[in-house]
Amino acid sequence: MSKKDLDARALPQLLGIAQGWYDQMKQGEIPSIRLPTRTKLNIAFDEASEVWKYGEKESLRAANTEKSAIHLLKMAYVIAFIKQQIREDRSSTLRELYYITEGWKRAKFETQDESNYLIEDLEILSDLQREAFHLRPEEDGASIFGPIRLKESTRRGDRVLHCQDDVGEAGYQIPNNMESVEFLDHEAKMVIAIETGGMYARLIENGFDREEKAILVHLKGQPARSTRRLLHMINEKFQLPVVVFTDGDPWSYRIFASVAYGAIKSAHMSELLATPQAQFIGVQPSDIRDYNLPSDKLSQQDVDALKAELTDPRFNTDYWKQQIHLQIDLGLKSEQQAFAARGLDFVTREYLPRRLAEMGVLKG
Amino acid sequence: MEIAEELARKQRSISVAEFFEKNKHLLGFDSPTRGIITTVKEAVDNALDACEEAGVLPDIFVQVRKISDDVFRIGVEDNGPGIVPEQIPPVFGKLLYGSRFHQIKQSRGQQGIGISAAILYAQLTTGMPAVIISRTDARKKAHRFELMIKTEANEPDVRSRQQVDWDRPHGTRVEIEFKSTLAAKKRLLEYLRYTSVVNPHARITADIDGEISTFERVSAEAIPCPKAIQPHPHGIELGTLKRMLSAQESMTLEVFLVENFSRVGKQVAREICEKARLSGEQKISMLQPADQKRLLSAMQSVQIPAPPASVCLSPIGEDLIRRSMDKEFSLDFVAARTRPSSVYSGHPFVVEAAIGYGGKLNADDKALILRFANRVPLLYQPGACAITNTIAGVNWKLYNISQQTLPAGPIIILVHVASTNVPFTSESKDAIASIPEIEREIGLGLKDLGRELKLFLSRRDKKRVADDRARAICAVIPEIAIKVGEIVEKPAPDTQAIEGKIMRKVIAKRRTVNGTVQIEVNNYTSQPLSLKIYDFSPDAATDALPKPAFSEKSGDEYTRVWNCELAAGGTWTARYGGRGPGHLDLQGIEEKQKVVMDLDV
Repeated sequence: MSKKDLDARALPQLLGIAQGWYDQMKQGEIPSIRLPTRTKLNIAFDEASEVWKYGEKESLRAANTEKSAIHLLKMAYVIAFIKQQIREDRSSTLRELYYITEGWKRAKFETQDESNYLIEDLEILSDLQREAFHLRPEEDGASIFGPIRLKESTRRGDRVLHCQDDVGEAGYQIPNNMESVEFLDHEAKMVIAIETGGMYARLIENGFDREEKAILVHLKGQPARSTRRLLHMINEKFQLPVVVFTDGDPWSYRIFASVAYGAIKSAHMSELLATPQAQFIGVQPSDIRDYNLPSDKLSQQDVDALKAELTDPRFNTDYWKQQIHLQIDLGLKSEQQAFAARGLDFVTREYLPRRLAEMGVLKG
Repeated sequence: MEIAEELARKQRSISVAEFFEKNKHLLGFDSPTRGIITTVKEAVDNALDACEEAGVLPDIFVQVRKISDDVFRIGVEDNGPGIVPEQIPPVFGKLLYGSRFHQIKQSRGQQGIGISAAILYAQLTTGMPAVIISRTDARKKAHRFELMIKTEANEPDVRSRQQVDWDRPHGTRVEIEFKSTLAAKKRLLEYLRYTSVVNPHARITADIDGEISTFERVSAEAIPCPKAIQPHPHGIELGTLKRMLSAQESMTLEVFLVENFSRVGKQVAREICEKARLSGEQKISMLQPADQKRLLSAMQSVQIPAPPASVCLSPIGEDLIRRSMDKEFSLDFVAARTRPSSVYSGHPFVVEAAIGYGGKLNADDKALILRFANRVPLLYQPGACAITNTIAGVNWKLYNISQQTLPAGPIIILVHVASTNVPFTSESKDAIASIPEIEREIGLGLKDLGRELKLFLSRRDKKRVADDRARAICAVIPEIAIKVGEIVEKPAPDTQAIEGKIMRKVIAKRRTVNGTVQIEVNNYTSQPLSLKIYDFSPDAATDALPKPAFSEKSGDEYTRVWNCELAAGGTWTARYGGRGPGHLDLQGIEEKQKVVMDLDV
């Protein structure tokens, strides 16, 4: 969608929210908004799109207490601000928005979290992404490296780049607004999303992208929205398999879950951000056992997190139940770079090819 | 020489004074910091008791002066009846000398140890004699004594005695000098504050090394002095009985019982005799030890009405407790209960309890627990005290008070146990022993108060929700309206419809716009009202429209008053040139029906 089209869609949506309040007040009613409850208990699997979305539970927020009235007041200020930004074709970061509210007296934000949360509310109400409001998060530096060509429309014109030939060793930095990127063509067989920078660099150095025709994406821990959007776009456009390679601990499994099924905080946009076809490659608890990887003992928090995952709808499969129970029994966790104990080439020569074959991504 | 003989040469009697010299902790002199509090406490207790007996309103002056680094001079002065000169040496210079030990009634001091022990403590630490000044009548001169205690003999040692002039017409002053620290100054003031709470008729002034604090009285009525009663047959022990018997040998048993015990008439006396298988007609001198034992057990097992508590006890009373709690702690809520009198082992007692909430109390703290026995604050050993344990045993969560063993929050709990014989756990009188009858009464009183507090809290919460809604509607929604109008590019919607619909109250708003102060009052109730509108600000407002009925400058601020007749649904406005912050108030309408908003904040 072009920027103009996006603006043309965003403005009426935002003005519609304000108009709703205007009408309520004209009729002598207290202005209010209706939002889905944003907790783990209110996410449900959507059969059609195969992603996890907010369920039926809604909460009504009416301006009948000082606290919620101020929340609505802040929202009104933010809508007025976004309207102006769109009119003037300017943009700002979430952090800048937080500082801009400094002059809004009663509507001033107390914390940065407040602006993030309020923008998420507006996304849900308007069914748009924050990029449509000309708001972006801080750059987070996630990157992509591999045989794929894309076109990015920047303020200084369109750029066409090949993510192996036209970039440095660190790869192409994923921009905040993926809507300005179009993927043109590729020579890849798969996409590997990698949790840590160390492993991303190892695969590039070992030439895994060239040898196995793999697009490597550095997630940089819990992936930002734009990174998840990128994975979704490549998968959707080229039907390429996506595998996720993380450390072998409960926190890393949540990284996989947010790539594949969506995150609780952004469940209203799971359809755009999640890649339900994504598969988990490792490190699996069974790898820790089978490869006798160097490992650390699970802490109490680790065990609690594993147990919580057993009740998380996103991990409710036989595969995950088996792996999580195995890990609790082992009492161990390993980092992905623990494969280095078997030599620097082990991961690219042995482990990944074997796993990719098992998963049917690499044939023969 | 035989060992027994050698030992015999070393064996000798010990005087009480010597005993306490070695066991200071028993009397509350275990440390110099505590010594200062115990001394003040003993002197103040005596002063209050004396005033009570004389029926005067106590006016007590406590003075602590630093003499050198670690030596302090403590003076306590009262306006009581004074002490006749002959009695001054034994009262102050002899342990276990007093008038109240043998009386059965509520009093603060009893054994006659306290103040003499303080004098002994002074003597041990500085070697300085105590100074006593006392005057019994305005027509007589005051007497000044310098006293010490002969520890081996437990006898007073008068160092000097003279007649002096004194500004008080009657009263007593004690001055004691000993080694101490002022580390416990806060606690000392706390002690005086708490004492003032349970002695609402007393005024206490303290001068702690130049720093003056006054605890004012809330009642100008002297409290009736409790009268001594005869012992109750249920509360007597064999030794006491024997002593009483031997003092009146010529009486018949029946007469002895009727004349020496409370609540014993002829009928009861006969019942006791019958049960003890003794004749009421026989002389008590004829009773054998076995008879005496049977008599005692008969006295304790026969049904006898409870002792006359109203005579010998002086509870503070619900109204006075409420008033003094409010005076000292400025509370949002305070309630008090005086329980009906009750008995344990033949000793009458009354429990009083009070709960205060809010005000300046700290919301994050544990409850402040004030324990009292016979109008004396108990400051030490809270954990060993039946009062604390009973408070911990109440389920406060039932009354919407959070609790971790003890209740927590901006709450203050007062419990006063008055009795002819308060069962302390030790001679230092720090904690009340666990007596089921007493604990039951404390529990009942507290639960009763808890229910009252719960009612207050739920009303307050309702009011809070209403106030919160009022702020949202009257202050925030108009701002939303302005902003929303700006977004949709239409005039801001009028939010008065919302105010009127939801509030059904009188709403007064004050705002400053471009150098004009605007006041608007809307009557959303269904009645016409006659209101007085008060406006306070630093602006002179000579251009005010309409003209106020009254305008006056006091200090830097002007006060204006408008009278306004406002029909149901009506609106009244005023404006004047000004920029200063100010505030608004209304009269002529109930508090819960009015909402005053300052929109400049």
